[in-house]
Amino acid sequence: MFAYMIRRILYAVPILVGVNFITFMLFFMVNTPDDMARAQLGAKQVTPQMIAAWKAEKGYDKPLFYNEKAGGVEKVTDTLFVDESLKLFTFDFGHSDANRDIAEEIKQRMGPSLSIALPTFLIALVTNISLALLLVLFRGSVLDITMMIVAVMIMSVSGLFYIIAGQVLFSKIWHWVPISGYESGWAGVKFIILPVMIGVFSGLGAGVRWYRSIFLEQINQDYVRTARAKGLSEIAVLFKHVLPNGMLPILTGVVVIIPSLFMGSLIMESFFGIPGLGSYTIDAINAQDFAIVKAMVFLGSVLYIIGLILTDISYTLFDPRVKL
Amino acid sequence: MSLMLLWTDIMVWILTGMILLWGWRLSKSPEARRKWHYIFRSPLAMASAVVLGFYMLFALADSVHFKVTEPSKTERLYAGEIVSLLDMAMMHQKAYSERTYSAPFATTEYAKSIVVGEDGITRQQNLPLKHVAAEYPVKKSLLALFLGIFVSLLLIGAHLWLTAQEGFMQRIFAVFKGKSELPWRTGYAVLTLFIVLFTWLYVMSFSYHVLGTDKVGGDVFYASLKSIRTGVLIGILTTLVTLPLAIFLGVSAGYFRGWVDDLIQYLYTTLSSIPGVLLIAAGVLMMQVMMDNHPDWFASTIERSDLRLLFLIFILGVTSWTGLCRLLRAETLRISQMDYVTAAKAFGVSKWRIMARHIVPNLTHIILISVVLDFSGLVLAEAVLSYVGVGVDPTMYSWGNMINQARLEMAREPMVWWSLFSSFAFMFVLVLAANLFSDRVQHVLDPRNAQ
Repeated sequence: MFAYMIRRILYAVPILVGVNFITFMLFFMVNTPDDMARAQLGAKQVTPQMIAAWKAEKGYDKPLFYNEKAGGVEKVTDTLFVDESLKLFTFDFGHSDANRDIAEEIKQRMGPSLSIALPTFLIALVTNISLALLLVLFRGSVLDITMMIVAVMIMSVSGLFYIIAGQVLFSKIWHWVPISGYESGWAGVKFIILPVMIGVFSGLGAGVRWYRSIFLEQINQDYVRTARAKGLSEIAVLFKHVLPNGMLPILTGVVVIIPSLFMGSLIMESFFGIPGLGSYTIDAINAQDFAIVKAMVFLGSVLYIIGLILTDISYTLFDPRVKL
Repeated sequence: MSLMLLWTDIMVWILTGMILLWGWRLSKSPEARRKWHYIFRSPLAMASAVVLGFYMLFALADSVHFKVTEPSKTERLYAGEIVSLLDMAMMHQKAYSERTYSAPFATTEYAKSIVVGEDGITRQQNLPLKHVAAEYPVKKSLLALFLGIFVSLLLIGAHLWLTAQEGFMQRIFAVFKGKSELPWRTGYAVLTLFIVLFTWLYVMSFSYHVLGTDKVGGDVFYASLKSIRTGVLIGILTTLVTLPLAIFLGVSAGYFRGWVDDLIQYLYTTLSSIPGVLLIAAGVLMMQVMMDNHPDWFASTIERSDLRLLFLIFILGVTSWTGLCRLLRAETLRISQMDYVTAAKAFGVSKWRIMARHIVPNLTHIILISVVLDFSGLVLAEAVLSYVGVGVDPTMYSWGNMINQARLEMAREPMVWWSLFSSFAFMFVLVLAANLFSDRVQHVLDPRNAQ
């Protein structure tokens, strides 16, 4: 098991290098250090000397991939690409345009992001699975058909609509919860309720459909027929046989997104004024702060890859057929 | 006026041509005909197909552009302006705008202005709108209704005439009793509903702002119609970028295996591990830098926003092929084990020919399902991306931009709801139709559901 985990983590290294390569291509090939210098120095008459000085100061004066002047291995290692990658791997994201330490900001903002993302994730998981089980229990009935139509309709409405309608109804007209804002600790619950509810509701359609299809696939299997033949009630069949067996495909879809919960939700956070990573990213995009965007791209990929590893590990734990 | 096609226009027409060609080839295969027939046998699928067709029509009408050569005072056109067919039909709304917000069918502005009266006293009052002619609303509505029904009857009649084999009257009875092989009755009903609704709005738009006006006084009905093109284009043109990548890489990985497979798997795992929105955002930000550095690529605002749309579609395509690629690889792995592929190999058929003639045709159902499934997601994504600030150009008409501009006005009392309502409603109808249609396509084409 331990050896497997090590192997699995080693697999992730080339992928991370690849991610780095893509971010590097995006941020340095298109927006070259020369462009960055020009943007930073701001002035219209920027002399080549000024650009060269700026690049030397920031360490951007090395070649991109291949350093002819250096000797031996350093031909490849003493380059901008390796420098930048190493910085990211040690989670040294540098400073934003506002001259704040990005790594520090990320640490501070993870909490608020999680306080929205985690409850949304858990409540959505429980609601979607219970509703799906209910529909599978009454499959083919009027309830099932109506709910499926409702699910398609929920899916077809833009997520922005739920947020705007929710804010107008619950905050502006009924004054149940504040329209936006954030506070840490239990006092902040009143700010969290609305975004969590909206997050759960907007995912309801797609979620219920997905879980229902997973359970329906199980319900036609031979082992379910055997269980019924034993004389088990439909509810017992559902909870003792269909649900545990349906957990495996559910694991693949669910475990992988757990680490990404740290990233928060772009839209939710910026609409509700929550100082999390999602709104951080949006602000960075709008301010064209490339250093932050680059850091978030890297962080997001790392979290996703962690999710993939966790998925594999959870498989070995829950599926008795998978042997290492 | 001289014809001038923008880049995205060219792509749309190429895609339309390809779809028509594919449809024509498909119509010769009895098996495919049977399948498509089966898809349309569901009234819901028929209804959503009609709705999708309606939207497509607007997108296509908005994809033929002309360059104005002679300026016209009456229509407020300047030389060099680029207008589409849709613009020409909506010229009465494109050229004349109000000062600011006004509610649907309003005759006065939404906000009160300070006016100095003839007696020298300043008052606050709602100024009348400039381009509203509020006479005879009932008469005009009746006229529009009559016109809409007339047009629909004409179209339905023509269709009945063309499909009637046993006789026109029998055909009419068969269809309206629901006894035709396809649920044409539903199709006709939806068609009539849409045509009547649209004609009514269109006729009334000559005298009112039927869906109100936005912050700078632009007509919301016109903006919503113009946004159709943006939404539909993002939905369908992205597939034009995705499909070649996904098919080529997926089939090669599954067929050649070995290091080719490893390499391609590595490629898509890497790409898909970057969070989608962030990758798109990074791509768009870099594209902005690139376009700022090359102002010589475009001559006018429309061309610039068109170029930006093109890049956005390209970025969306490059970031979204991985899912389909993975599916195609798995299916190719399975198919290339089949006896008929082994037989083809034994006959000495070349690799590329085997892939093109024996493997890809057996993947069409996966490709088709994924294309129709992605469409609605892309239309919705456009709105979110525009909100994040990495969507289409802010000067371009799109539902996302409309929502973005209108959402700040929620706090006003009474609310400025019409811009939001129109964009959400237009988007909802399109996405709902696409979702229902894709459900049906998936249900019929997925071999696991085969009876």
